[in-house]
Amino acid sequence: MDSVVEMTGVVKRFGAVTALDGLDFEVAAGEVHGFLGPNGSGKSTTLRLLLGLLRSSAGSIRVLGLDPWHDVAALHRRLAYVPGDVALWPNLTGGEVIDLLGRLQGVHDRARRDRLLELFELDPSKKSRTYSKGNRQKVALVAALATDAELFLLDEPTSGLDPLMEDAFRGCVRELRAQGRTVVLSSHILSEAEALSDRVSIIRAGKVVETGPLEQLRHLTRTSVTADLAAVPPGLDVLPGVHDVVVTNHRVTAQVEPAGLGPFLDALTSAGLQSLTSQPPTLEDLFLRHYGDISAGDAAAAVGTTTGRSGVPRPGLPGDGGRRSRDA
Amino acid sequence: MRETLAGTGVMIRLGLRRDRWLLPFWIAGFALISYSTAVAGAELYPELGSRVEAATALNATASMVALFGRIYDPTSIGALSLIKYTAFMTAILAVLMAILVVRHTRADEESGRLELLGGGRLGRDAPLASALTISLGANLALGLLSAAALTAGGLPSSGSLAFGLGWAATGMAFSAVAGVAAQVTASARAATGFSIGFIAVTYALRAVGDLAEPGPSVLSWLSPIGWNQQIRAFAGDRWWVLALPAALCLVLVPAAFALRAARDLGAGLRAERPGPSAGSLAGVWDLAVRLQYRLLLAWSVAFVLFGVVIGSLVSNVGELLNSPNAQDLIRRIGGQAALTDAFLAAEISIMGVLAAAYGVSAANHLRSEEASGHTEALLGTATTRIRWAASHFAFALAGVTVLLLLAGVSIGAGAASAVGDAALVGRSTVAALAQVPAAWVLAGVALAVFGWAPRLAGMVWVFLLALVALGEFGVLWNAPEWLMELSPFRHSPLLPVDSGAVPALAALTVAAAALAALGFAGWRRRDLTA
Repeated sequence: MDSVVEMTGVVKRFGAVTALDGLDFEVAAGEVHGFLGPNGSGKSTTLRLLLGLLRSSAGSIRVLGLDPWHDVAALHRRLAYVPGDVALWPNLTGGEVIDLLGRLQGVHDRARRDRLLELFELDPSKKSRTYSKGNRQKVALVAALATDAELFLLDEPTSGLDPLMEDAFRGCVRELRAQGRTVVLSSHILSEAEALSDRVSIIRAGKVVETGPLEQLRHLTRTSVTADLAAVPPGLDVLPGVHDVVVTNHRVTAQVEPAGLGPFLDALTSAGLQSLTSQPPTLEDLFLRHYGDISAGDAAAAVGTTTGRSGVPRPGLPGDGGRRSRDA
Repeated sequence: MRETLAGTGVMIRLGLRRDRWLLPFWIAGFALISYSTAVAGAELYPELGSRVEAATALNATASMVALFGRIYDPTSIGALSLIKYTAFMTAILAVLMAILVVRHTRADEESGRLELLGGGRLGRDAPLASALTISLGANLALGLLSAAALTAGGLPSSGSLAFGLGWAATGMAFSAVAGVAAQVTASARAATGFSIGFIAVTYALRAVGDLAEPGPSVLSWLSPIGWNQQIRAFAGDRWWVLALPAALCLVLVPAAFALRAARDLGAGLRAERPGPSAGSLAGVWDLAVRLQYRLLLAWSVAFVLFGVVIGSLVSNVGELLNSPNAQDLIRRIGGQAALTDAFLAAEISIMGVLAAAYGVSAANHLRSEEASGHTEALLGTATTRIRWAASHFAFALAGVTVLLLLAGVSIGAGAASAVGDAALVGRSTVAALAQVPAAWVLAGVALAVFGWAPRLAGMVWVFLLALVALGEFGVLWNAPEWLMELSPFRHSPLLPVDSGAVPALAALTVAAAALAALGFAGWRRRDLTA
């Protein structure tokens, strides 16, 4: 498949601060690519480099086969961008801003614009200074989505949107994908990236640390298992690939690697299994593996299954949906 | 303490923290200038005779009286040395104080910072109260320190105190004006613009009043800057005049609080109306025009009014000159016509500096657009950097030209109707247009700073003020010649302008173009920064 975005060994320094430190990032044509990372990890810096708003200190960047620093006008005619922090001219109306940005981008589909305004329930006749954060976000989204771009760079596009509007946005992204357009979606909202993305890249401290299709990445993480047993057998915690075993009365919870699932379930079955719930790894687990505390994860792997040292039990119940802290 | 004032102390501390460089710099600057002027004055005019001669000549020169005011005691060394400071420096002080108050009230409100703070225990009136308190403290420090500096420079202590308190009281009066403006307008830019416009009007009022014969007319008494001159420090020390700015504060400060109580956070007094739901802006040039035309319109109106008023002052020039000394002066410089020319030339060169100030403010739109994040959205489209930057810069150049054209025509029209000589319109228009290249140079400086050191955009104003101060006081300060030659205004030809002016104008235009090219080159290669 053709690559729409290719970044190799990209370094970006701001004075003494290194924001991107040898970043490799690749987006294939026609995919929705989730670009995940917490605040300050370099997501916006990466997108601004792709737009030529910043100049890389080292490394190579190609977007749609062009150099974003030199071929600005030719490139930007083919892409649309929604900034992470949408700032509008206070005395222009939303409609005026949308039309201006559309004309500057090149192709501006009037009918599509009006349809989007209706979809997002945005009043275009209000002055920008009176818009809420969510409505400012809508202005930028409508302006971008009304274009005929091949590549959409969306920097945390749903921040400030309510759940209904988020849903409308997801519909738009699926529509773009069906039309064969490429979307890069930066986010720290995992459920959103999970719902939309074909592939994700995870960025941490200026480097892409993980990239691939979701299914593939899931293999890298552990499944949460909770089981009620007739009697808890000893030695569950020394089974290979089984981590964070916590026993309360007859209930066992553990984090299990894909390879360790078989032996672990055998052990549970022979101990009189009464009920079993397992939670597939979510993007959140992926995320926490890279962010929660890398050193704690490494320590757990190194010490293996011995309890005590490796016992960094995740306090949240599996599947509770909340972000679990690993440094509790 | 009243609930609406809760948190004023915290806000004062925050304000002082934010201004920890700015305020000491301003205060020390005014005190230093006062000291060096007192010392220089004593050196320049060691004897009574030379003082009286200089004071009489100044009082007899209409352009000087219009610009700076009169000397009310020709024998006073203090009044003579500080002639340029009672009105001119006071106006600069007033502008600084207006900027200070708007910066801590409307600008914070517009940016949303006050909303962030408003979630805490912060009363509605605390921002305005803290801004005015900081301003009061700064004015008093500036006034008292300057008074001490004047005394240390060898001037009588009573007059020094009157002079320093005059600065403090006038600065405070304009802080109160800015406090009101910040409530009435819905943007920081408009509030600052309104305040500066008010200062310009009061300056012009006293210029007309001071030119009236005999002595200041009632117009001078309508102007806070006029009041400052009527304190007559070192020439009678009329302390009671200080009551006038104090009274103005007592009226305006409660008015500002009342206006604040009558509106919502972030709103002006007028509610926001809906606008067009579809846009007609076709590109970055349209956008630049849309964002900037209001400011240019306001400047244009001010330029026309100001031009007509100072142009028509020409008729007073001759009437002023009844003393034998002055008559002698006229004969020496070439008769009545030369005197008219000199007067118009002085006024037109002031308009040139003002137009340059407009050019800087228009060119600095580039930086404010970038810093507020608007540029990011625009450059995400097919717009190139150069195209976008060129739109605002071109508007700045065109705006400067329009303003000086208007200034030339209106000064000429005012003068022509006053003395019945229609040829003056053409002469003054040509002379005003000859000021355009120097103003372009300043816009070029703003663009160069934008291209290479965008965070220093505000320093362009300091640079402009330094050029003005150098031009006005350079000789007094014994500034080296090469330093004074740096100022583009020094190379602008004066009325009457003929073909001999072409090389200087060409050189200035080339300098402006070079600065612009430098700025564009920097902007092409640098990161976008907030």
